[in-house]
Amino acid sequence: MLGRLTIEAIPLYSWVAMGGAAVTVCGGLAVFLLITYLRAWKVLWTDWLTSVDHKKIGIMYVVLALVMLVRGFVDALMMRAQQAIALNSEGYLPPEHFEQIFSSHGTIMIFFVAMPFLTGLINIIVPQQIGARDVAFPFLNSVSLWLTAAGAGLVLVSLVVGKFSTAGWTGYPPYSGVEFSPGVGVDYWLWALIVSGVGSTASGINFIVTIVKNRCPGMTYMRMPLFTWTALCISVLIAFAFPALTVVAAQLTLDRTLGFHFFTNGDGGNMMLFANLIWIWGHPEVYILILPAFGIFSEVVATFSRKRLFGYKSLVYATACIAILSFTVWLHHFFTMGSSANVNAVFGIATMIIAVPTGVKIFDWMFTMYRGRIEFHPSMVYTIGFMVTFVIGGVTGVLLALPPADYLMHNSTFLVAHFHNMLIPGALFGYFAGLNYWFPKAFGFKLDAKWGIRSFWFWFIGFYLAFMPLYVLGFMGMSRRMEHYADPNWQPYLIVAALGALCILCGIICIAVQLYVSAKNWGSARDVTGDPWNGRTLDWATSSPPAPYNFAVLPEVRDVDAFHDMKIHGTAYRPPAHYEDIVMPRKSGLGPIIGAVAFVLGFAFVWYIWWLVALSLVLILICIGIRACDDDTDFVMPAAEVARIEAAHLAQITPVDMHDMRDFEPRGAASGTPLAGRA
Amino acid sequence: MTIPRSILKNSNHFWTAGLLGICFLLQGCGISDAPILFPKGPVALAERNLLFTAFAVMMIVALPAIVLTLYFVWRYRRDGGKGAYTPDWDSSWKIESVVWLVPAAIIVVLGTLVWQSTHRLDPYKELVSDQPVFRVQAVALDWKWLFLYPELGVASVNELAFPADRPLSIEITSDTVMNSLMIPALGGQIYAMAGMRSELNLLADEPGVFMGRNTMYSGDGFADQHFKAHALSGDGFSSWKDKVAEETAKLDAETYLQLHKQSTANPVTYYSAYETDLFNLILRKYSPIVGPYESKAAELICRGAA
Amino acid sequence: MSDTAMNEDLLEHEERKSLESREFGFWVYLMTDAIIFALLFASYVVLSKNSAAGPTSKDVFDLSHTAGETALLLFSSLTFGLATIAMSLGRSGRVVQWLIVTLVLGLGFLAMEMIEFSGMIGQGAGPETSGFLSAFFTLVGTHGLHVAFGVIGICVMIGQVLAKGLTIPVRSRLFRLGLFWHFLDIVWIGIFSVVYLPGVM
Repeated sequence: MLGRLTIEAIPLYSWVAMGGAAVTVCGGLAVFLLITYLRAWKVLWTDWLTSVDHKKIGIMYVVLALVMLVRGFVDALMMRAQQAIALNSEGYLPPEHFEQIFSSHGTIMIFFVAMPFLTGLINIIVPQQIGARDVAFPFLNSVSLWLTAAGAGLVLVSLVVGKFSTAGWTGYPPYSGVEFSPGVGVDYWLWALIVSGVGSTASGINFIVTIVKNRCPGMTYMRMPLFTWTALCISVLIAFAFPALTVVAAQLTLDRTLGFHFFTNGDGGNMMLFANLIWIWGHPEVYILILPAFGIFSEVVATFSRKRLFGYKSLVYATACIAILSFTVWLHHFFTMGSSANVNAVFGIATMIIAVPTGVKIFDWMFTMYRGRIEFHPSMVYTIGFMVTFVIGGVTGVLLALPPADYLMHNSTFLVAHFHNMLIPGALFGYFAGLNYWFPKAFGFKLDAKWGIRSFWFWFIGFYLAFMPLYVLGFMGMSRRMEHYADPNWQPYLIVAALGALCILCGIICIAVQLYVSAKNWGSARDVTGDPWNGRTLDWATSSPPAPYNFAVLPEVRDVDAFHDMKIHGTAYRPPAHYEDIVMPRKSGLGPIIGAVAFVLGFAFVWYIWWLVALSLVLILICIGIRACDDDTDFVMPAAEVARIEAAHLAQITPVDMHDMRDFEPRGAASGTPLAGRA
Repeated sequence: MTIPRSILKNSNHFWTAGLLGICFLLQGCGISDAPILFPKGPVALAERNLLFTAFAVMMIVALPAIVLTLYFVWRYRRDGGKGAYTPDWDSSWKIESVVWLVPAAIIVVLGTLVWQSTHRLDPYKELVSDQPVFRVQAVALDWKWLFLYPELGVASVNELAFPADRPLSIEITSDTVMNSLMIPALGGQIYAMAGMRSELNLLADEPGVFMGRNTMYSGDGFADQHFKAHALSGDGFSSWKDKVAEETAKLDAETYLQLHKQSTANPVTYYSAYETDLFNLILRKYSPIVGPYESKAAELICRGAA
Repeated sequence: MSDTAMNEDLLEHEERKSLESREFGFWVYLMTDAIIFALLFASYVVLSKNSAAGPTSKDVFDLSHTAGETALLLFSSLTFGLATIAMSLGRSGRVVQWLIVTLVLGLGFLAMEMIEFSGMIGQGAGPETSGFLSAFFTLVGTHGLHVAFGVIGICVMIGQVLAKGLTIPVRSRLFRLGLFWHFLDIVWIGIFSVVYLPGVM
C-alpha cells in the first residue's frame, strides 16, 4: 500500500537528522498557524496562490528563493563547522550525513535559490521593461511556479521522511546508481530535478514568446534594456539546455527504478554518457544563473552612475556571444576523463574564448561609471563588490580551462572556491542588487539602505574569508567533499573558512533585519512616483506597486533609456486623452493544484507507491484536459475602472517628488541628434 | 614529451620567482608543503609553471580591471568626487576596440599555450628518458587502491613503490564507482572507470614519499582513501622488492573477491603474487559484450562470489 | 451596441493575438521536444553496440513489422493533413471524419508497437537486459508515449469540434495538434533510419 515507505523513514537514528526534521516540521507548522491566526487563508488563496499576475508570481518566486537560501546556507554552515574540527577525527557528522548535506546544499542553491530568484526578478520586471501587460502565457507561468515549489517541497520533505541523496549535486553514476546508492536519497534528488526542470523549461518558453511577441510599439530589439536582453538569452538557453537535464534525469531514474542500463557498471552501460549529458545542461546552466545578474548590474550601474550605459551594443553582443559559446564548452568539466589531447585542447580554448565577452562587460560597466556621479545605494555597492571579486573568479576559471592545470586542480577545493567565486559575486550579489533595486517597484516602498550596506559588507568580507582559504587548500592538495582529513596544515585554513561562513550568516541576518525594519517604517519610505531612483528604463514608468495591467496605455518607445527619454521630454506622468477597456487573464486554481499533484507524484515515485503514481498522472492529465477545453480564460477591465486607478496614482505625485532632469540633454527628434540604439 | 626537465627553462622566470617569493612569505602557514606549488617531479612542475604563466599573462587585463574599477568609484563618487560629469556619453570606438581586442589577444596567446601544453602534457604520453619505463597497474576499490607490478609479479594495497630514477607509467581502472588517481606532487590526475583503461605517466625528481589519493568522491570511506607513493633509490627499491616477495599472502581470485568488499582505511598490505592477468580480468568484468570465460578465475572475478 | 458586444469584440481581438503567441510558443515547445529526442538518439547511438550478454539488434529487429508501423504513421499524417484542409474549408463534419481515421491509424500504430515490445520482452530482450535495449526502449517508447498523448489529444479535439464547432480557439488547438502529429512523424522517420535500418544491416 505504501511501497517502501515504513516507519523507519523517520530519522530517529541521529540527533542532528532529528533536529533538521524537527526544525522543518516546526517551521511548516508555525507558518500554518500564523496564517490561520491571521485568518489569511482565503486572501492567500484568492489573491496570491491562484494569481496569474506576473508580479505576484515573481514575488512568490523570490520568497521561495529566500526561504530556500536559509536552508541551503544552514547546510553550508554545517559543512564548514564539520571541516573546521574534523582533523583526524569524525567531527560531529558521520560521513553519510555529511554527504547528504553537501548534496542538498548544491541542489538547493542551484535549483531552488538561484533559479527561482532569477525567474522571480525576470517575472516582476521584464514585462514592465518591454511595456507589456503580462507575460505571453500567464497561466503557464503559474504552473511553472508551482512545479518549482513542488520540487523544493520534495527536497524539504526528504529531511523528514527518508534521506536525501549522498551523491553530490551532479549525482555522477555509477555511484548514484541503485547498486551503490540503494535508498530513496537519489530518487528524491532526481524527482526534485525533474519536476522543477519541467517548470523551468515552461518558464523559458514563456519568456521567449513574451519578449518576442509582447513588446510595446517602438521597443525594437536594440532598444530593449540589458536585463531584458539577458532574460531573452537565458530563456533560449533554458529551452535548449533543460531538455538535456530532463533526459539525463529520466534515464538515471529508469536505471534506478526499472533496472535499465544507461549508466551502470557493466551490462552495456556507459557512465561517460551521463557526464556528457548532464554538463550539456550544466554548463549553459551556469550562464543561465549569471547572465540575468549581468543584466541587473547593467541597469544598476547606469542608474546609480547617473549616466547612460556605456557600450550598449557591445554589451548586447557580448551577452549573445556568451549564450552561444556556453554550449561549446561542457567537456571542460571532465578534462580528466581521458579524452585525447586534441579534444581537451579544443574545449579548453573554447572555454577561454568566453572570457573575452565577459571581460568586455566588466570594462563596459567600468566606463559607465567613468565621468559619472556614483551614488552608493546598496544595489550599486553590490555591483562594485561584484566587479572587483568576479575578476578573480574569472582568472581562476581561465586557469582551470587549461587542461594540464586542470589535471592538478580538478576535484580540489580550488575548484570549489572558483565556482563559488563565480556564483556568489556573479549571481547572488546580482540578485541582491536586484532585490534592493526593484523592491520598491514590487511593494511601493524602499528598503532600508543602512542595513543593505551592512549586509553587503558581511557578505563581501565573509565571501573572501570563506573562499580564499579554499583556493590555498587546493594548492595544498585538499580534495573537495572530505568528511575528515589527516593533514594538520589544512586546519587553520578551514577554521578561517568557517569564520567566513559565520560572517555570511551575519549578512543573511542583516537582510532579514533590513526587510523587517523597512516593513516597519514603510510609511516614511513610500515611493509615490513609481520611480524612486531616477531610473532610465520602462519599468520605472509604472506605479509602485504597478496596477494589475501595468500600463493603462501602451507606451511608445524612442530610446534605449525609454523612461529617461520621456522624463526629459516631459511626456512622463501625463494622463492620456482617454482610457480603453483592458483584457486581463482570469486567476486559476489549476496552477497550485497541478503543483500539488506533481509533488505527490514525485513523492509516490520516490517511495514506489504505484497506485498513487497512477492516480496523480491521471489527475494531471485531467487538469490539462480541463484547461485545454476552457475558452473563457480572460475578463475585461472597464475603462472607467482603469481611469479611476490611474487618476488615484497621478493625484499622489507632486512636482517635489519628480527628479531634476536638468543635467541631461534631450536626445532624439527634439534635439536634432539621432537616437542611439535604433534597430 | 621531450626531455621533461627542460620545461623548467622555458618558464617565465620573473613571475615564477615573484609568486614563489609570496609563497615563501606564507611559509608559516604550512604553504611550503603545498604539493602543487612546490612539485617534486617534472610533470607537476611543468603543469604548475603553466598555471603561473597563464596567471601572469591574465594579470595584464585583470589588474587594470580591479584597479581602474576602484579608482573610478573613488574619483566619480557623487559626494566629494572630483571627476568630470558627462551624463550622455555612451560610446567610444577606441575604448571598445581596446576592451575587445586586448582580451582577445591574450586569449590567442593563452590558446596557443593551451594547444601546445595540452599535447606536451598529455597524461597518456610516455615520458622520454634514458631509463626504461616502470609499469604499474592501479585498481580503484571501495575504499582503497590496489597496485599490481607486472615487472615484479607482486601486488600492494594502499602503498605504491617505484624506482625514483625511472619514469612511472600507471594503467588505471576501477572495480567500483568512478575514482580519480592523483599524486599531487608528481602531476595531475586521471579518472578510473570500471571497464575502461586510463593512463597516467609521472616522474619523480629524486627519492621521496608523496601523498596520493582518490580525489573523486566515492562514498563513505572516501576521506580515508589515500596512500603513500614511495619513490625509492636503487637500494631502497630492491629491499622493498625483497620485503614484498617474502610475504606469504598471494592475491588469487578468491583473495581478490575478499579484498573487493567495501572497507575503510585499509592498512598497507603486500602480496607476493597475483592472479594471472588480473588487471585485464577486472576490465573484462564490465565489457559491453559478455563472452565465454577462459578460466575459472576469470569466471569468479567477472561474476563475483557466486 | 451594448457593452457586452463591445467586450466580445475586444476579447476576440485579444484572443487572436494570444493565439498567435500560442502558435509561436508551440513551435518553441516542439524545439525543446526535438532536443529531447536528439539526445535520446545520441544515447542510442552511443549504446547501440553494448548488447552485454543479451541479443543484438540483428536478433530482435523485424523490418517488415517496422514497415507496417511506418506505413500506419505516415498515412495518419496524411489523414491529419486532410482534416486540416477540411478545417480551412470550414467543414466540421469532414474534420471529424478525418480525425477519426487518424485516430484509428494512430491506435493501430500503438497496437503494433505494443506487440513488438511484448514480443521482445517475451523472448528475453527487455530493457533491463543491456545498455543497447535500455536505449532502444527509451527512445522508441518515448516516441510511442508522445503518440499516445497525441491520440488523447485527437479524442479531446473530436469532442471539441462536435461540441463547439470550428471556433477560433478550436481551430488554433487543432492546428497545434497537427504540428505535434507531423512532428512525431518526422521523429519516426529518424527512428526508422537511425535505429531499425542500421540495426539489421
